[in-house]
Amino acid sequence: MIWETVRLSLRSIRRNVLRSFLTLLGIVIGVAAVIAMLTIGSGTTQKVKADISKLGSNLLVVRAGRPAGPGGPGGLDQAVRPLAEKDLAALVAHLSGARAISPASQKQVRVIFGTESLTSGVTGTDSAYLDARDWKLVSGRPFSDSETRSGTGVCLIGETVRQQFFGAGDPEGEIIRVNRTSCKIIGLLEPKGYTGFGQDQDNVVLMPLHAYQRRIAGNRDIDNIYIAADDRTPTSELQPRVEDILRDARRITPDRESDFGIRDMTQIADAMASATTTMTGMLGAVAGVSLLVGGIGIMNIMLVSVTERTREIGIRLAIGAHEKHILIQFLVEATVLSLLGGIIGILIGLALAGLASATLTIPFTPSPAVILLAVGFSALIGMVFGFFPALRGARLDPIDALRHE
Amino acid sequence: MAAGAALITFDKVWKSYGQGEAKVHALAGVDLAIRRGEFVAIMGPSGSGKSTAMNIIGCLDTPTAGTYSFMGVDAGRLDRNRRAILRNLYVGFVFQGYNLLARTTAAENVELPLIYRGVAARDRRDLAMQALAEVGLVGREHHTPAELSGGQQQRVAIARAIVTKPTLLVADEPTGNLDTARTHEIMELLTRLNRELGLTIAMVTHEADVAEYAERTIGFLDGHVASDTMNMETA
Repeated sequence: MIWETVRLSLRSIRRNVLRSFLTLLGIVIGVAAVIAMLTIGSGTTQKVKADISKLGSNLLVVRAGRPAGPGGPGGLDQAVRPLAEKDLAALVAHLSGARAISPASQKQVRVIFGTESLTSGVTGTDSAYLDARDWKLVSGRPFSDSETRSGTGVCLIGETVRQQFFGAGDPEGEIIRVNRTSCKIIGLLEPKGYTGFGQDQDNVVLMPLHAYQRRIAGNRDIDNIYIAADDRTPTSELQPRVEDILRDARRITPDRESDFGIRDMTQIADAMASATTTMTGMLGAVAGVSLLVGGIGIMNIMLVSVTERTREIGIRLAIGAHEKHILIQFLVEATVLSLLGGIIGILIGLALAGLASATLTIPFTPSPAVILLAVGFSALIGMVFGFFPALRGARLDPIDALRHE
Repeated sequence: MAAGAALITFDKVWKSYGQGEAKVHALAGVDLAIRRGEFVAIMGPSGSGKSTAMNIIGCLDTPTAGTYSFMGVDAGRLDRNRRAILRNLYVGFVFQGYNLLARTTAAENVELPLIYRGVAARDRRDLAMQALAEVGLVGREHHTPAELSGGQQQRVAIARAIVTKPTLLVADEPTGNLDTARTHEIMELLTRLNRELGLTIAMVTHEADVAEYAERTIGFLDGHVASDTMNMETA
């Protein structure tokens, strides 16, 4: 009986191909918009999460200056007491639950090889840096402890630097000039790509901290200390320990605020991911409104259909159709119609999302749950908006309906 | 043949429309009985109440006052859906304008009442073919109404009416749109169905020569039964 009705409705949809198509369009656009929005949105969320985890997972970053407030950029005070070697030493000596602790000072510096030059992010650090940042070497070796201590002129370069200077060639053992000093390349860093903010993470040169401090920065400061938590220790637990040790090392009395900030990358990742998720939800909801409009289109056309087929309804009622038969017939027709629109909409929405992920280089993540939801929702729209017209058809008086021209 | 029990009885049936001064009585206290197996023609000018009477007989409509009983059931007091069941089980309809579903084949049109009975698809096809054979339309089962002549369309409509093996056939001016030759064929068909299947037929017409095919003619005038005569055998 239901199959019979579905066939019947498919036939009546086919009879008015153009009209059915125009009716469908509302649902198609609505569903396509929702699917595209949600798919692109979830791709973006994943991309943001992945980007931030590229910065290093379970990572705390200590900077000098007050913790970033809502006020100024970076929240750095003018007269900050920089981090120093003894702060690092205190952390290395006393902090438990850390997998790696590493200092880093950075500066954009001109790097030269032969006649080529490139402005690159030069970082002075030690051998624990790679571990802390979850960064691997494609070839070569990290700094040895003695190189770190003595500040030898050696460096690790990122993929962008290699391409600029050596093309496809092997950079190991070559000497590049960094600012006014020269250093020997001892390793190549694994490519990380761009961050979600458009920053090239591979345009970097790493060198021993002491070499950087002496030859490039000209001071003994440490800009950041990276602390990677070990697997058993959540960063939220690690953070207060870091704070205690540093306050102690920097001799900050309990009545004063800390003059350094600790950023938890995990929290930032979560915050950004939840922000994009919220954004996705909002965009999806806006797209959902067009679905509602599509539903009203269906109602409109079903009312026309019922009026047009009044005589048919009369015949059916006369030869023994019950109210519920007529109701079901038109309800099924509306549902099939909007379901059809939903399926077309899903295909178009996925295609749009696929296209967008290709151009925006975000992962394409179609979610079966979202697709199922869209199918269910479009069917529901057909039923809800088809109900009133169907009821109107079912309630017709067979005598009047038969007389209808 | 005309010796069956009463299939249909009107007991002081009134049908009124409108309110107060504007109240119109389409039927004004009609008493009537039709026996099982009868072939009755109902005649009368327009506004005489014959169509209203037919609608009540076919369980499409209900009286305002009085009792209409069909097969011993007080059909005038039944709700829409119960009357739909009665129609589906016991009544077949033939209309002046054929009322076939457009763009639907003859066989599918004939199957339609069986769908609402919940008959399985294969049985439906068999029963529809039997009914089409009965009205002499074998070989036309896949034609749509647009591909059939008026007479053939009316045959399909008759096949649709008899496919459920009803007790009563209600025909509302079945030959109104047909020429003399087709009229004769259709009336012969109805007469045969009446004789061979014992089908009770109530037929509205305003053509005297069509009414003569029936055994009995009931004349309506101003909401009353004005005449009720047995016809001489003509055929």
